[in-house]
Amino acid sequence: MAAVTASQLADNERALAADERRESRQLFQLAIPALVIVTILMVAPIGWLFSLSFVGEDGGLSVENFTRIVTDGAYVSIFANTFQVALLVTLVCVLLGYPVAYVLTILPDRWSRLVMLAVLVPFWTSLLVRTYAWLVLLQRRGIVNTGLDALGLIDRPLPLVHNMTGVVIGMVHIMLPFLIMPLFSSMKAIDGNLMRAAANLGSSPSHAFFRVFLPLSVPRLIAGTMMVFVMCLGFYITPALLGGGKVQMIAQRIEASLSLYPTWGPASALAVVLLALTGGFLLLSFAIVRRLTAGR
Amino acid sequence: MEPHVSHKNRLWLYTLTGLVLVFLVLPTLIVLPMSFSSANSLAFPPPGWSLRWYENFFGQAKWLEAAWVSLRVAFGTTILATVAGTAAAYGLHVGTFSLRGTIYSVLVAPLAIPAILLAIGMFFVYASAGLLNTLTGLVIAHTLVAIPFVIITMTAGFKTYDLSQEMVARSLGANRLYAFFTVTLPQVKFPVISSALLAFIVSFDEVVISVFISSGQQSTLTKVMFQTLRDDVDPTIAAVSALMLVLATVPPLALQLLTGSGEKS
Repeated sequence: MAAVTASQLADNERALAADERRESRQLFQLAIPALVIVTILMVAPIGWLFSLSFVGEDGGLSVENFTRIVTDGAYVSIFANTFQVALLVTLVCVLLGYPVAYVLTILPDRWSRLVMLAVLVPFWTSLLVRTYAWLVLLQRRGIVNTGLDALGLIDRPLPLVHNMTGVVIGMVHIMLPFLIMPLFSSMKAIDGNLMRAAANLGSSPSHAFFRVFLPLSVPRLIAGTMMVFVMCLGFYITPALLGGGKVQMIAQRIEASLSLYPTWGPASALAVVLLALTGGFLLLSFAIVRRLTAGR
Repeated sequence: MEPHVSHKNRLWLYTLTGLVLVFLVLPTLIVLPMSFSSANSLAFPPPGWSLRWYENFFGQAKWLEAAWVSLRVAFGTTILATVAGTAAAYGLHVGTFSLRGTIYSVLVAPLAIPAILLAIGMFFVYASAGLLNTLTGLVIAHTLVAIPFVIITMTAGFKTYDLSQEMVARSLGANRLYAFFTVTLPQVKFPVISSALLAFIVSFDEVVISVFISSGQQSTLTKVMFQTLRDDVDPTIAAVSALMLVLATVPPLALQLLTGSGEKS
């Protein structure tokens, strides 16, 4: 057998490297269709919004759409409304979602799977179906009001829908699974031995919870909370249907601007502001989480 | 977890959880009895029973056409999103090229963008591209929304799969494509089915974008529902809702039970 020369070895290596490059290229190409769809459909509309937002009513380049947002009192109250609703919904979601996620971690597998299923049912159900259900339940003579009346808790029906209350209830119902699911998966990753160790060292269960478990779950709690808040900012359907025209949020204003103004500038400017808010809060939450998890 | 905390001490925690679960599940379920109501109102519980709202739904062109549009769009989206998403997830999982992280982020980015922004942006773009009120326009738009779900599900799916099996097949002479379809794909069939279901439901349930880019003959079911709910609440909605509920929850629940896993992306 002839000795393998150094140059043959080098040839082999080159061929293998070329093979690898070719394969890597092919694998990259697999991502191209999805990438093309996503980039074109994300970049084109958003870019279009940006360019339209700087077009004034006379068709020229101007920032009037943005100055209107800052100076017009109607817009200020819409932003205030949006933040108020988003904050309320987020707060309720955290108060209800955290305990449920925690219970999911301590329940036996069979039970936690059942609870998870209950969390997922609304997640799988059309937003419109659920909104309709809330209209039925919360109306003046709906089951919630008649139930409270039968219990003697109220004298006359509470205004539960076509107002802020209805919007918050409907939105909490939609956002809760978005908080519970990531929280649960992060809590599951917390080492149970840590809690046992705390107990061993004399800590009471609640003390162990507040000093060990809670701090460990905080980064993901903050991430989930910010996510819920950000998603709330862009809500359109629920406030439009359950708000009864009394709760105006940014998205409804964008839709209204389309018919209100002859040009698309004002609607686009609002959309750009909403995008900036969304992006800003998301970056902020990433930064906070990175800060909190640093050194772990 | 800690043995010295009895379940009794956690009673308030379990009660709260129970109440939250009722809050989550009950509203979804009441549409079922509502749909069989005999009353021309939103009264609950219904004063009597009838099939009139189903007759209404199946008897009106408005509803049937919209349902047909939604079904076709959902099928188109399922195929496009599942194929494109699975291919991309595979490429990203197996590949070693740089930029993989960036590409992944771009592909799941539509999840983070408020639907209203995509809706209004697409409305503008479609208006000038002549895609408003077309099935093609709807399918493309819904595919954008569905791809992140496919990518996330398939990436998780590929992670649980041992890639060396494919290597073995290839070392035995199968080419990559053959190895993928005969060795890899059968083992990730549950994630693939999940992805397809998700894509279907995401498309079928999509409201915001559909409200903006579809109208008239090409209105989706969600668009017609939205208009009906906003303008006058016709109890036919209950029948539509019940049908949608069954269509959207039964397959995923079946899959969940079938695979027996509590995990979901």
